[in-house]
Amino acid sequence: MNKISLIIKREYLTRVKKKSFIIMSIIGPLLFASFMVVPAWLSQVEDKDKKIIAVIDNSHIFTNIIPETEYLKFEYLENTTVGEIKKIFPETGYYAVLYIADIITYTPSAIQLLSDKQPSLSVRMHISNAIEKEIERLKLKAYNIDDLDNILKSIKTNIRIQTIKWTDDGKEKESSTEIAMVVGYASGLLIYFFIFLFGAQVMRGVIEEKISRIVEVIISSVKPFQLMMGKIVGIALVGLTQFLLWIILTFLIVTVVKFAFFPEFDNAPVEQVITEDILSSSSLQQAQPINDEAMEEIRGLFASIKSINFGVMLGCFLFYFLGGYLLYASLFAAIGSAVDSESDTQQFMLPITIPLILAIFVMINAIQNPEGQIAFWFSVIPLTSPIVMMVRIPFGVPYWEVTISMIVLILTFIGTTWMAGKIYRTGILMYGKKTNYKELWKWLRYHN
Amino acid sequence: MEIFKAQNIVKQFANHLALDKVSISVPEGSIYGLLGPNGAGKTTLIRIINQITAPDSGELFFKSQKLRSDDIFQIGYLPEERGLYKKMKVGEQSLYLAQLKGLSRNDALKRLKYWFEKFEMQTWWNKKVEELSKGMQQKIQFIITIVHEPKLLIFDEPFIGFDPINTNLLKQEILKMRDKGATIIFSTHNMGSVEELCDDITLINLAKTILEGPINEIRGKHKSDVYEVTFSGDPDKLQSALNSNYKIIEKKQIDRLNTVKIKLHHHTTNNELLSLIIPAVQIISFYEVIPSMNDIFIKVVENSK
Repeated sequence: MNKISLIIKREYLTRVKKKSFIIMSIIGPLLFASFMVVPAWLSQVEDKDKKIIAVIDNSHIFTNIIPETEYLKFEYLENTTVGEIKKIFPETGYYAVLYIADIITYTPSAIQLLSDKQPSLSVRMHISNAIEKEIERLKLKAYNIDDLDNILKSIKTNIRIQTIKWTDDGKEKESSTEIAMVVGYASGLLIYFFIFLFGAQVMRGVIEEKISRIVEVIISSVKPFQLMMGKIVGIALVGLTQFLLWIILTFLIVTVVKFAFFPEFDNAPVEQVITEDILSSSSLQQAQPINDEAMEEIRGLFASIKSINFGVMLGCFLFYFLGGYLLYASLFAAIGSAVDSESDTQQFMLPITIPLILAIFVMINAIQNPEGQIAFWFSVIPLTSPIVMMVRIPFGVPYWEVTISMIVLILTFIGTTWMAGKIYRTGILMYGKKTNYKELWKWLRYHN
Repeated sequence: MEIFKAQNIVKQFANHLALDKVSISVPEGSIYGLLGPNGAGKTTLIRIINQITAPDSGELFFKSQKLRSDDIFQIGYLPEERGLYKKMKVGEQSLYLAQLKGLSRNDALKRLKYWFEKFEMQTWWNKKVEELSKGMQQKIQFIITIVHEPKLLIFDEPFIGFDPINTNLLKQEILKMRDKGATIIFSTHNMGSVEELCDDITLINLAKTILEGPINEIRGKHKSDVYEVTFSGDPDKLQSALNSNYKIIEKKQIDRLNTVKIKLHHHTTNNELLSLIIPAVQIISFYEVIPSMNDIFIKVVENSK
């Protein structure tokens, strides 16, 4: 086995076997899965409780006006007062009592919702919406417009804008800005974290070898450059393994949970399932017309998720992760070789953290404005391009821009690796010197 | 045959000249001492031999051919500042380092097992390095240095950190390896071990070679015709027995034993000296004072300033 492979193997195995790696591999997917599963599950649980609200309507306007849903019922009581109900409230099984004064004014005490529990926001909204609508209707009626009901029905409009993207091959695809934003944000952030996480591991590895002095033994067997590259590549593989494990485990967990806890949805297509989940959680809204509209919205979302070319996304994600990582990892290696302990790294860390944080800020701008100047330049400048370009890709980027960005990134990481190699070679044997940028510059110019 | 030769090596660092046309010539199958005060340039030279750094000018030859990068597979190096990966297991780490030196995994495993058994270290195989004491770690490093049976071994201050028993063990191994045909270069301040082990030496000071050659010759050259006599009897009688050809340069008395150092002038012999003092006192011991490497080291370094 040649030497670099030996080094790569060692760097990879020591890190992959660590407890922290295994824990991270499990926690990540658990978090992702819970983001997807828990809200749907929670919304189901919440709404299965039947709520019966007693209505004492002294104005007698709203009897049977408030719409009921599967879980929310109203019982209109006559000839009782709030005080009387309050006394026997626990035995009645009512969720709450809705009291409407005889004259509706706009003071809060005109309409009250009383209970020993805290009525939920959605119940309140449901009730106030219903009452508002009724009062509006009554007010309109007072104008004595003929055929009011039919006029009202006909003016009701519902606009949903369908976004269609012209793709390069002339097809039209339905797209969604929201989905693109989410995917963009997610990939940008992931790349940011991965670069930091694994780049820092490179630095720590270099420092460990320097402090324990094993580096001198190793470089009597291999060239310093081989050791540095072996370490960088080995850790890249750890990162890729981590990412792969996350994808697989997340997928597994979601599938398992779905089968275990929602078996009744087995035969329904995924979209249907999630659509029903979302709708039932908003079951307290108005009924039929809105349902259709919501269905339409959600169906559109799924169509646009499908429109995002995940193959291209994955390919670009891998490329930019590797490219960005290689660039930053070589810088991290150079820093590690220049210091004697982790605490000394502070002064050098700043110039490396700044471009990354800048990239995050630009990312936020680029999401709003993916075709803009800022987004373009920062997706080409190699220090920020891994993050910013990933954010732009779900929105579609011209091929030539991506190509330029990739070429620049490749050339740059070759350059930084070469530079880092020179610094590394001198730094790993240098102890006790307080290094600063002037020193590093000198090391760059040393021959062997 | 010379197994290793360095000619006119020059190495300049930013602010100081580490090696100024230094040459060494190491005969095969010998134990070669590389000596010098701190900062003299020894470690730099050693790093150059191990191809860790390259000289600015000068040539290096291994087995009569120009030094190549492959040659590191035949060289073993134990640095002065040594360490291992703390969190890695002993066995795994030894395998890794042995493979980096060119051994196949199976080979490395076999040989390591052999050495671990020889030094009774088998129980350490699955322990993490940080669980062992410093002395134990040094032993592991020593084994890692020799496991690939290199033709040329370089030890920089090998005895530091070893207790007397392990130091002795180490010395025995070094001699055994020499007897099997390996060549050893070792750099140390411990002049006692130099006298015990080395055949030839080079003494470097301030980037230059100030002394080199076989130890016996060097010590011989620094002889000053002084003899030490331990006797019982009257020192004055001894004094009067000597003539002007002899000069007493040192006197010592412990209990009833007297010791003097007598310097001979050129054309006299020790037999003549003996014949003069035998009648005068009871001789307990009589031997020629040959300067120690320690004394020679100090003297030569002082003189070179």
